[in-house]
Parts: sequence; structure tokens; C-alpha cells
Amino acid sequence: MADELYRLTLHAASQGLRDGSFTSVELTRSLLDRIESVDGRVGAYLTVTADMALEQAADADARRASGRDGPLLGLPIALKDVLSTAGVETTCASRILEGFVPPYDATAVTRLKAAGAVTLGKTNMDEFAMGSSNEHSAYKPVRNPWDLDKVPGGSSGGSAAAVAADECLAALGSDTGGSVRQPAALCGCVGLKPTYGRISRFGLIAFASSLDQIGVLTKDVTDAALLLGALAGHDPRDSTSAEEPIPDYAGELNRDIGGLRIGVAPEYFGKGLDARVGDSVHDAINTLQSVGATQRQISLPHTEYALPTYYVIAPSEASANLARYNGVKYGLSDPQATDVDEMMARIRGRGFGSEVKRRIMIGTFALSSGYYDAYYVRAQKVRTLIKSDFETAFRDVDVIAAPVVPAPAFDLGAKLDDPVAMYQSDIMTLPASLAGLPCLSIPCGFVDGLPVGLQLIAPPFAESRLLQAARAYERTRGPLPSPTKAIDTQ
Amino acid sequence: MTTAYRTVIGLETHVQLRTRSKMFCGCAADYANARPNTHVCPVCLGMPGVLPVINREAVDHTIRTGLALNCEIPEYAKFDRKNYAYPDLMKWYQISQYDLPLCVNGHFDVEVNGATTRVGITRVHLEEDTARLTHVTAADGAPASLIDVNRSGAPLMEIVSEPDIQTPAEAMAYGEKLRALLRWIGVSTANMEDGALRIDANISVWPEGEPVGDVKVEVKNMNSFRSLGRALAFEIERQTARRERGQPIEQETRGWDESAGVTRSQRTKEYAHDYRYFPEPDLPPLHVTRQRVDALRAALPRLPDQVAADLINQGAPEADVAELVQDRPLTDYTLAVIEAGASAGEAVTWIVHEFRRALNAQTNKSAAIPIPPAEVASLLALRAKGSVSSTMAGEVLDEMFATGKSASTIVEARGPQISGQDELLAIARQVIQENPQAVQDYRDGKGRAIQYLMGQVMRITRGKANPSAVSTLIRTQLDAME
Ligand SMILES: [Zn+2]
Repeated sequence: MADELYRLTLHAASQGLRDGSFTSVELTRSLLDRIESVDGRVGAYLTVTADMALEQAADADARRASGRDGPLLGLPIALKDVLSTAGVETTCASRILEGFVPPYDATAVTRLKAAGAVTLGKTNMDEFAMGSSNEHSAYKPVRNPWDLDKVPGGSSGGSAAAVAADECLAALGSDTGGSVRQPAALCGCVGLKPTYGRISRFGLIAFASSLDQIGVLTKDVTDAALLLGALAGHDPRDSTSAEEPIPDYAGELNRDIGGLRIGVAPEYFGKGLDARVGDSVHDAINTLQSVGATQRQISLPHTEYALPTYYVIAPSEASANLARYNGVKYGLSDPQATDVDEMMARIRGRGFGSEVKRRIMIGTFALSSGYYDAYYVRAQKVRTLIKSDFETAFRDVDVIAAPVVPAPAFDLGAKLDDPVAMYQSDIMTLPASLAGLPCLSIPCGFVDGLPVGLQLIAPPFAESRLLQAARAYERTRGPLPSPTKAIDTQ
Repeated sequence: MTTAYRTVIGLETHVQLRTRSKMFCGCAADYANARPNTHVCPVCLGMPGVLPVINREAVDHTIRTGLALNCEIPEYAKFDRKNYAYPDLMKWYQISQYDLPLCVNGHFDVEVNGATTRVGITRVHLEEDTARLTHVTAADGAPASLIDVNRSGAPLMEIVSEPDIQTPAEAMAYGEKLRALLRWIGVSTANMEDGALRIDANISVWPEGEPVGDVKVEVKNMNSFRSLGRALAFEIERQTARRERGQPIEQETRGWDESAGVTRSQRTKEYAHDYRYFPEPDLPPLHVTRQRVDALRAALPRLPDQVAADLINQGAPEADVAELVQDRPLTDYTLAVIEAGASAGEAVTWIVHEFRRALNAQTNKSAAIPIPPAEVASLLALRAKGSVSSTMAGEVLDEMFATGKSASTIVEARGPQISGQDELLAIARQVIQENPQAVQDYRDGKGRAIQYLMGQVMRITRGKANPSAVSTLIRTQLDAME
């Protein structure tokens, strides 16, 4: 068992540490060895901070020896490279930030460290979190641990793959339009995106500020609750972070869900959905009904507009957020340029990948004089309609159940030349993002030997209810009969 | 035949606010004497992932200014991103306010040669300042630009006027009065030479009788009120000449060249920026509660116009009052002197002229006025009673500044005013005897001779003679000699 410590969940490892079955240093070594042996094939990490992790682990062991404890004390966790880490290179998987070492930690990282977590390194992602397949990393693609020829999803593909390949116990990601839930579904882990404002965005490198939210990728629901408890809360450095009270997510997790009303919207089960994915989602809803939940049909009529709405708002915000990368102060520099305009043009031309440039151009266009009302303003109005669809639905139901992805993971390269087809893989995750709602993805079956997910969506700040429903499903479902991961066969 | 023209001027005034920290981060805003790039942090450097936090003090200062300019303070305001690419802008966008500013629809009355013009205030909004670029020649002879980020993110307020100004004199009066107001309410040092107050002008000239069109010329780079006036006068002449020649006025931005005394085109309409404003997603809309506005209104000092009107009503001369209210501490001091019993007219005039002279002679100018207002009131009372002459009052004041002693102590020590007839008569006779030329001048009808002779008496008595008694005595003596 000791040689497979890396397979543990956060809560099981925490128990082991508490019992003295192993130390954090042993656990961390086990994970570093696992990374060493499999990450060459997966590509989940951009940076592994082995020395720092072992130091943190030794420190955690010392604290535990002096009688201290905590839900994350000594537990190794991976961080998506979109999160600023003091003293550790943070690139957003972009060339333009190559070599950038922030002097500050993101608030989420500060909180993890304060809770005693061990940080293993920075995970790969689509450049600036723009993408759904992790093929848009400027450094290397990530491969799906279940089938190394498939994509892991994106943009938190490195985090999802690291969890699925047991290269960390859990990971932080970020979700702007589905970037936690979609890769979680494709890699068969639990992905939670809390309410917009639940976790501070300070230090999270911005893609689309009104949508970005830090999320967690874990091996089970209990771990998601543990992590959320450590991360949630107001931060004076983020004016959009909420001052809502923080429930005891882990403590309330196993409550009975009898009477829980589950809404099912036909808009999520229409064309484009692989019928086998739809079947496993319906099976999951039936499982929840077997433990006292009820199901009713609801309507979310503006769902079909989520995709165009998102692809106006997110690129618009991105066009401003990414303007600062001009080579003047950090990241790429260009000593050959002869004047400042040339320098900036060359750095941005060289430093950004094609998907990032595409979105900067879409956003710049949408905000331009003469087009602003037709695109940005109209998109904001539709966003309000999408939000009010949910508000209406939540008068009658407690959570909404839907698929996360229309189909299981696709082949690497399959959609690389067709951005719109790529964008459509987010079609089921975009509405909840636009509405700022808490939502999660939990594995609910396999199609063609690849995992697919059940998405649950709750009203603002009802993460506890969301986690309880997911936990009830997980408990009732039991372990899924799963094929062997490709990464474990060689 | 010459056509008559009218000039339409609107002013955009940028004001650096006097706050403890910068607009969106915790860096100290007072970087005036700091070394370059020492008042910086990840937020004002525009590093990845950092977020702005609104400075409440800057919002309060802006609302204060809006209230002093008779603006409405809407209940909701928001910040927007103004996108443009320039190396002095750390994020390549500036956080500013576009369509929901903090203050709207105000007005400001400006006096020129006794005539009052009401200038509409379109809006007052809040934004962040940019870094400072210095262009230098590097050691290898190549041109280089240095960036000092200390100013980046400093709170900057913009006051936009309606195009209600018609002459350079009105524009200058607007600027000067606005500067005094900003200092009065304590929101800014408003020093133009430090860049704490920057005025840009929009100006266009139209044939009289024709409707005013949209085209306007923006003039920048005026670093004093004098250059504001000169730049506008130049533009009026330039635009009028174009009109005379039948040429249109082109929409453009022009820079004032102080040494050449001309404006030069910097940017024409086809190169105008598209700023792509959109709501700042990192900052929730600002809810300005009525309680907050009411509290700020209640805490606002009485404004210069109100104080001036009161003083004039109480008999103070207009010109002296206008001068006094440029200076809030001196005005407050004068009001305290009046409160202590002095008459408004006497206090204002004496303080603007005599007292300010003595005050300015002090070496430690930054310190508060060291003399209690009641002491000045008692000195003025002694002067009004005739116990102290005007000359002697000035000397007493100097001694009060120098020694900190009270007016009455000093006057007592100097001895009482000499008004004894015998004593004064003897001195008057002596002076007449010693100054035959003055006596002759008197006889020739030169009135100033009396003043001269009185001055001699005052010199001998060290200012202690009662002036009206001396004047009467000298006249009687001279007339008796004829
Ligand atoms: Zn700062």
C-alpha cells in the first residue's frame, strides 16, 4: 500500500497522516515519483516544485508532531499555471509569460498554504485558459490518462489529467466557461466551480473577469467539499468576492437529500448530444430518485444563445485583460526592436498563440465603436435573460441536472482546425458560467471506454446543497465499473 | 466687410487628489519627492492577476468637489475600462468612468471685470493617473524612454465644463477660481507647476448668427493660466483667419508650444482613438448612498462665494474680499478676528494688506499663524480708539510676530500715545523750524508738505503721536505763521 500512496484521496490521506500510517514527506515523495514515472506521457505539469514540496511536507510533519492538525495539513495539491505563485514561474502556458516569476501568491494559494497543503507544481493548460482540449498550451499538449490519444479537455486539462493519473491528490483549476467541469468529465474526476465571487480571484491571471472563477478537481465529492472549505471567503483584495457566510461544507456533506427537487431541462438533451451520454445522465438522475429526490421538467429557453453570448463577452474582457502583455515590464522581451511600437508588436506577435490572438481580435472588434451596441451590449442583455431563466427554474427546483459534455473525449488534433466545433464542446457548461452559478461535474459512466459526467447546477451560494446531492449520488452509485486507465497499463 | 465671430470654449480639468493611498492600491499617493519607481506595487504596475480596490477617500473627494460645483450626485456610478496602448499605461487600459460618473449637471459662476458668467459643469469623474515618461539619450547615443511608475494609479479627478466660456479671460478666471475652490475644500494642492492641476481646452470659432457645429479643436499642454489664455487667444486668431479665408475648422488635437507661442497639430480626427470603453468587470457598480452624500455635504466648509458675500454685506470692500478668499487659512483667520470683535471692513482690509505683509515676512511659512485672532482684534481696537497709529500698529504687529507678546503689552511698553498739547506743540514747532522748504511748499499749495511734516513728527515720537492731533497742530501753526 505504502508504494501507492499517490492513489489516495485527500480525506483518506489525511486520515493516514493523522493515524501516523505515513508522513507527509513519504506521501509527497510517492507523488513526486509518480509524476516522474508517468508525466512524460501525460504532460500534466509545466513546473514541478519538488524541493519546495518536500520542504512544505517536512514542515507539515513538524507541525503535526507538535500537535497541530488541519483538513489539508500535509496534503499534496497541484495548481493550474493560471494561479500566481510567489517565487515560482507562472506562465499561463503562454510564451509571452515565459520566465515570469510573480512576487505574490494568489489568495487561493495563500489559503491552501495557510491550511498546511503541500504544493507540487504548476499544471498545464490551454494558453490563458482559452481552449477546451489543452492543445492550445504553448509548451506541450496534455493527454487523457484514460486514452493517451484523446484530449483531456480544457482549459484545466493539466489539473484534470494530474488528478486522473494520480499525479496529485487534488488540483486547483479555473473555470470561465466550463474549464473545470469539462476536463473533469473527460478525465473522470470531480470538478467543482463555485458561485462567482465565492473564491477570491486575486492572483488568478484574468481571462474574462466577469466569468473567471477558481474551481477544484478532486477524486471524489468529499475532497471537493474539503478544498472548497479552505478556499471560500471574502478577500479585501478582490472587490467581486462575496461576503456570504461559509457553511461547513464537509460537515454537512452527508445529509439526507430526501425531497430534493431535481430540474431537468430538455434544452440540455437536444441535438448534438451523444445518446449514450444522455442515457448515463438519466441513469444518474434515477439513482438520485432512488434515495428520495424528485424529478421535474423545467425550461431554460435561452440556453441556445449561451454560446454566442459567451463568445462576445469573454473575448471582449480578454482583449483588455491581455493588453498588458507588451514586453515592457515582464515576460518576453525583444532587445532587437528599434522602437517601442515595433517592440510591442513583435512581442505580441511572437508571444501569443493563434487561439489567443483570435479571441483578442474578436473581443477588440466587439468593443469597437459602431459595433459595441450590436455585440457587447446585446450579449449583456442576453446574459441577463439566461440568468433569469435559471432564477425562474430555481423557484420550482433545488438543483438542475444536465450532461457536462455532449460526447466523450475526442482525438488529439480532431478539432484543432475548426474553432467553432471546439467551442461547441462547452455548450453545456456555458449557461451556468454566464449566470455565475455554482455547478459541478461528477463521473456518471463510460462511453467507448471513456468517462462522461453528470452536471449539477445550484442557485447562488448553494454549494452545500450541490455537494450533498453529488455526494448522495456518489454514495448510492458506488464505484463505477471502470476500464483500466491507459496510464496504468504500461 | 468683416464678419463677426463668436468663440465657444469648454474646459477639461484634471486634478490630482490629495489622498493617503493611490486610487486602486495601497501605495502612498504622496510620491512628490520620492525616487522613481519606489511608490509601486503589483497593482499599480499592472502585473498579471492583480485586482483594483476602490479608494473611498478619492470617491469622497470627488463627491465633495461635485457638491461644491452644485452637481447632482447620482445614486449609482460605475467604473469603465478605457482601452489604449501607450507605454505610460501599465495595463494598456485606464480605469475611468464613462457613462455613469460620480457627479453630473453642476455649475460654477465666474467673474470677469464685474460681470458674472455661469459655466455649466457637465460631469466630474474619477480615474487613475498614468506613469511618467522621460525621453533621454542613452550612453550609446540612442534615444531611450524612462518610465517612472510612481504616478501610475494616483487618483485623478476630471472636471468637464459645458462649452459656456467665450473668452480667454473667462477661461483663466474659471481656472483660477477652480484652483482656489479645490484648495478651499482640501481635495488637492491644485498646483499647476507640479501637474496636480492640468487644463485642456476645447475651442471653436463660429460666424455670428450661424449655429454652433460639432467640430472643435482640443488644445493641450498649457502649464499655467497665462499659457491657457495665450493658447486660446492664439487659437481664436488662427481659427478666425481660417474662417476669413473660407477654410473649415478641422477636428484635431493641438499642443501649445510655450516658447514659440503657437499651437501645433498633434492628432487629426482620422487618427482619433477608439477607446472601446466597457464596464470594469473587476469593480462592482458603486452605490452612493444618500446618507454618504448628506454627510459629505454637511461636512463641507462654507464655500468662498458664500463667505465673500457675507463679508461684503458686512461692509468689507469687494476687491479686498476677492483677494482674501483665494486663501482659506487666511480667510478662516480673518473670520476668527471678526468673531473676536473686529469690524469686517477693517479686519479684511487690514489683514489683506498690513497683516499679510507681516505674515509673508515670516521665515516659517508652513506653520500655522502664531498669533491668536483675539490679539489681532484687540490691536485693531487699539487702532480704532486712536491709542495706536496705523504706522505704530504695523510695528506692533511685527513685534507680536517676533516676540509672541500681546498687543496691549507691547503698546504699554512703548508708552502711551502722545496727545498732550504742550508736548506735541513743542515738537511741531521744532519740525517746522527745521524744514523751511516744506513750509514753503505748503505756502505754494503743495498738500503733500503736510504729510511730510507729519512724518517728521512721527519719526521723532516713534509713531506715538496721535495723527489727527498732529495734523491739526501743524496746520494751525503754519496758518498762524502767515
Ligand atoms: Zn501600488
